[in-house]
Amino acid sequence: MTVTATTTETTASEATAETQVEPGKGMRFVNWGANYIEDRTSLSGFVKELGRKIFPDHWSFMLGEVALYSFVVILLSGTFLTFFFQASMTHVVYDGSYAPLKGVGMSAAMASTLDISFDVRGGLLMRQVHHWAALLFVASVGLHMLRVFFTGAFRKPRELNWVVGFVLFVLAMGEGFTGYSLPDDLLSGNGLRIIDGMVKGIPIIGTWISYLLFGGEFPGEAIVGRLYTLHILLLPALVVAAIGVHLILMIVNKHTQFAGPGRTQGNVVGVPIMPVFAAKAGGFFFIVFGVIMLVASLVTINPIWNYGPYDPSPISAGTQPDWYIGFADGMLRLIPPHLETELWGFTITWYILIPIAVLGLFIVLVAIYPFVEAWITGDKREHHIADRPRNAPTRTAIGAAGVTFYAVMWAAASSDLIATHFRLSVEGVTHFLQAALILGPIIAYLVAKRVCLALQKKDREIALHGFESGRIVRLPGGEYIEVHERLSDYDRWRLVSYEDYAPLMVRPNAKGRITTGTKIRGVLSRWFFEDRIAPVTRSEIEAAHHDH
Amino acid sequence: MAQADGAETGTAVERHEHAPRAAGVAVVSDDRVQNPGFPPYRPRVSDIDPVKERQNERRVFWLFLASMIGSVFAVVAYIVFPIHEGDMDSVRLNNLFLGLGFALGLLGIGFGAVHWSKSLMDGHDLVEQRHETRGKPETVARASEIFTLGNKESGFTRRKLIRNGLLGALVLAPLSAIVIFRDFAPAEDPVKLLKHTLWEKGTRLARDPNGIPIKASDVTIGSVFHVIPENLHESDHPLEEKAKAAVLLMRLDPADLHVSEERKDWNFRGIVAYSKICTHVGCPVALYEQQTHHLLCPCHQSQFDITREAEVIFGPAKRPLPQLPITVDEEGYLVAQSDFHEPVGPSFWERSL
Amino acid sequence: MATFAHRNRRSGRRSPLTSAALLLIGLLATGGAYAAFTATSSADAASQTQVTKLTEEGEKLFAANCASCHGLQAEGTEDAPTLIGVGAASVDFQVGTGRMPMAASGPQAEQKPVQFTEEQIAALATWVASLGPGPAIPDERYLQGDGDLAVGAELFRINCAMCHNVAGAGGALTQGKFAPGVVGVSAKHVYEAMITGPQNMPVFNDANISPEDKSAIITYLQYLETSTSPGGLELGSLGPVSEGLFIWIFALGGIVAITVWLTAKSN
Repeated sequence: MTVTATTTETTASEATAETQVEPGKGMRFVNWGANYIEDRTSLSGFVKELGRKIFPDHWSFMLGEVALYSFVVILLSGTFLTFFFQASMTHVVYDGSYAPLKGVGMSAAMASTLDISFDVRGGLLMRQVHHWAALLFVASVGLHMLRVFFTGAFRKPRELNWVVGFVLFVLAMGEGFTGYSLPDDLLSGNGLRIIDGMVKGIPIIGTWISYLLFGGEFPGEAIVGRLYTLHILLLPALVVAAIGVHLILMIVNKHTQFAGPGRTQGNVVGVPIMPVFAAKAGGFFFIVFGVIMLVASLVTINPIWNYGPYDPSPISAGTQPDWYIGFADGMLRLIPPHLETELWGFTITWYILIPIAVLGLFIVLVAIYPFVEAWITGDKREHHIADRPRNAPTRTAIGAAGVTFYAVMWAAASSDLIATHFRLSVEGVTHFLQAALILGPIIAYLVAKRVCLALQKKDREIALHGFESGRIVRLPGGEYIEVHERLSDYDRWRLVSYEDYAPLMVRPNAKGRITTGTKIRGVLSRWFFEDRIAPVTRSEIEAAHHDH
Repeated sequence: MAQADGAETGTAVERHEHAPRAAGVAVVSDDRVQNPGFPPYRPRVSDIDPVKERQNERRVFWLFLASMIGSVFAVVAYIVFPIHEGDMDSVRLNNLFLGLGFALGLLGIGFGAVHWSKSLMDGHDLVEQRHETRGKPETVARASEIFTLGNKESGFTRRKLIRNGLLGALVLAPLSAIVIFRDFAPAEDPVKLLKHTLWEKGTRLARDPNGIPIKASDVTIGSVFHVIPENLHESDHPLEEKAKAAVLLMRLDPADLHVSEERKDWNFRGIVAYSKICTHVGCPVALYEQQTHHLLCPCHQSQFDITREAEVIFGPAKRPLPQLPITVDEEGYLVAQSDFHEPVGPSFWERSL
Repeated sequence: MATFAHRNRRSGRRSPLTSAALLLIGLLATGGAYAAFTATSSADAASQTQVTKLTEEGEKLFAANCASCHGLQAEGTEDAPTLIGVGAASVDFQVGTGRMPMAASGPQAEQKPVQFTEEQIAALATWVASLGPGPAIPDERYLQGDGDLAVGAELFRINCAMCHNVAGAGGALTQGKFAPGVVGVSAKHVYEAMITGPQNMPVFNDANISPEDKSAIITYLQYLETSTSPGGLELGSLGPVSEGLFIWIFALGGIVAITVWLTAKSN
């Protein structure tokens, strides 16, 4: 009890001093309620810890929230859909209200999805909200990961939270794919058929895994029910758990902030949860929900009525997965022909194993990157100031290469549409993308690194000599110069306060030996930090000022 | 918790409660530029001008009002735009207006709340001190002491036999759970099933989806027929059988066909039947170009040349599409000579065993 | 995209029905007048004369516009196939959609503004049809869009969707060729395409898809053309690719713009 009183006092003293008046009836009820809960939960400690926690303000810090909120929207709309959807592959003859499918045989899953769309008021809206929110969920998770990567916000103490976030990304793709497959329409059925083909290509166990997964031969009558269990039970539980861990770790570590005057590794500058951040973040939830709702009311997504029920014989031109599985589909398309061997009668399908290996390696590299960078720098300190991407040129270049690699695979998944829309041949597009998959990342790496270094040089120039003011002055000697306007200390601080690293000096250890690990670290740290623009120092600024 | 305005300028100093940690290859210089501290607070118009403040207050209210209107509109739209069975325009209107009402209801709250927080709530930045994530030394010491005590009191590391016994039991326990997954699929051997389709000697080729058998004379040059076995609909598992037995039937000028010796009589006067299931990952390969005689898979763009026994000419697939040997029966209907001579569809480990 | 452009182009011309009606009226009028003047001659003879006249005109038109590639007697050359036995339907489709005469050699003959009047096309078709038996111009009763919608939709998915896309939006073929969008194409041309198999499209003869079934497919295409998607904008009916681009560019792009406003310091 006493604790509550203290909190109230603190809050009252922080707010503008208002004269104490006799509380009204409503206020008395709120007080009674607060006390009732407090007596039974000791919630005040929680409020005291978190109520005035500080969140730094930057647009890029809101991307994770977009993901969180779209997930909430997914839960809400998905719950509505479960009341109508039948996850069954029992054969029925459709007799609903969509004329072009009347009398057509299909699974109960497909028929109930059509009923949701055409016979339930708001049913189509909820389906479109659910699907659009799912696309937005994975997209915002991806963009959030890029933000964290390029600002180095994955560094100690946040490496583990990066891994948790990575797990969330994988779970989100799993959620998406299982959901995409549920209506049992032609598009999703052919998607499952591709999964079946890939699973069968796994050596030794593939045939059996496929057989168990589909409950017999493809397509069977089990897969929709099984995916449904994953989609609404197992995967959401894991996502919720991972989001919980992700947020707890975020609170424990506190949010990173960008460099700015007064901001240090030792503080967080921003707005308190109560009331400013709560209002902003709470309002933002409604905005994200509203944007999804707006899109869902205006734009069709996944018109299953066009695709019709799954049947193993037909297929539509332009059969693609949802965007987040595109990179995997693209990789399948990019593999050169004829990669299959037979060894002692066993068939080894390289055209499946190589894409799986490439994709696996790619996402494992994403997951472990923080540990690799930490090992190379050997920096054991905590980092709470987010890097500007230009101030970590090699990391930014690696990121650009990774993004390019992903983007090429992604583009390959729509090679046929690229071909028809730009009047090219599918073969030409494929060959181009095959080359781009190798060369693209290299070019992106080199360009991004040079751009970063150039920007750093420009920053250095501005920090030392100020902005070009556009004012030309004639010196007594007849020489014309442009006057540079010096920066304020506050503005300069943003340009000069970044971590600087030098390549590792490879030295023998206590036993007088240079271990292989040290050698590799030496090579890697040279790769990382050989090209470096050191931050401006105090003496340099003083020297620059004396020049003028 | 202090307000980060001019009063604190220059006072922010890094605090190390714990022993400093190794900086690795970071360059720690004494000559670093000093943090200038917090800049002075820049007041907002609503801080200075009471008129503007009231204006903002009104604006926030209008946004909330808009939200209320939106929500009421959604309820109204639910009633005045009902779905008439079979009328897709009514579905569209229901979707559109219900959604717009919802969207306005949500966006009004959202923009109102954010505008409130931005323009009317306290605009000062606040500062909170960070502490190293690692706990205080005494906390860490106590935690490790608890583990030591736990170990001592239970004898976990001392009593090696029972500890290893426990570990062994824990490892084995889930194993028993794995075996119950066997009944995820029926008892048959999938490998045998995959190597057999509905086609057998004498099965008539029939049209997909109506199952009407096809006469050789129906198939003119340049034609393509989507084919199922005539008895497909009598099968217990029509979808599973169709997923293996779907066939594409084409008629080419016999002069265009390059037929190998052992497949000499697999076609009937230029009528050829190939499995429709891609040997890559199983999409239906059905895009037949009647002039180039190429078959294209729309999923991953594998291309097969029908004139050369469906060999792969582009794309990720390796094996040609399996050919179904066909002939005609006495009534002139096209029939299969046998099942496929190899498994159809995507490769699998035991495929050629 | 292609469908869109196509609709535009079509709207600039008279409706094919109008032209057909005009032609019919013209034929009836001449025929009627002829019959009135020569009371003894039969209607057969009248139309026979009409056909002969058309054939002669068609031959002239062919010699002037088509013979350089297809040969004077339509026997075919190195550049172009023979047209003996392709039938009137083929000519009506190729010339009536502007694909012929071809402007330049490319991966395939593409749709262009039509070069001839309805009468000239009819003349050309009549002449080519006279060279050898081939598919005739379809009977009006299959073009009414009154077939079985559900049957048409299923046949479309099985026989057409793999190239033309389930929503009729078109798709890619090999070596730069493509299957055009089919929504908004006139019923007559759709029917003619099925029976003649223009360019790389296979032939769907009446034994494969019966005239009633073709009529059902046309019914479904007209349904696609006249019905708007219940869900709202269709994004070109291109499936997940356009949906993915939309969510990244418009939805996420819009939300990022909002976050910038949200976190900017207020004035």
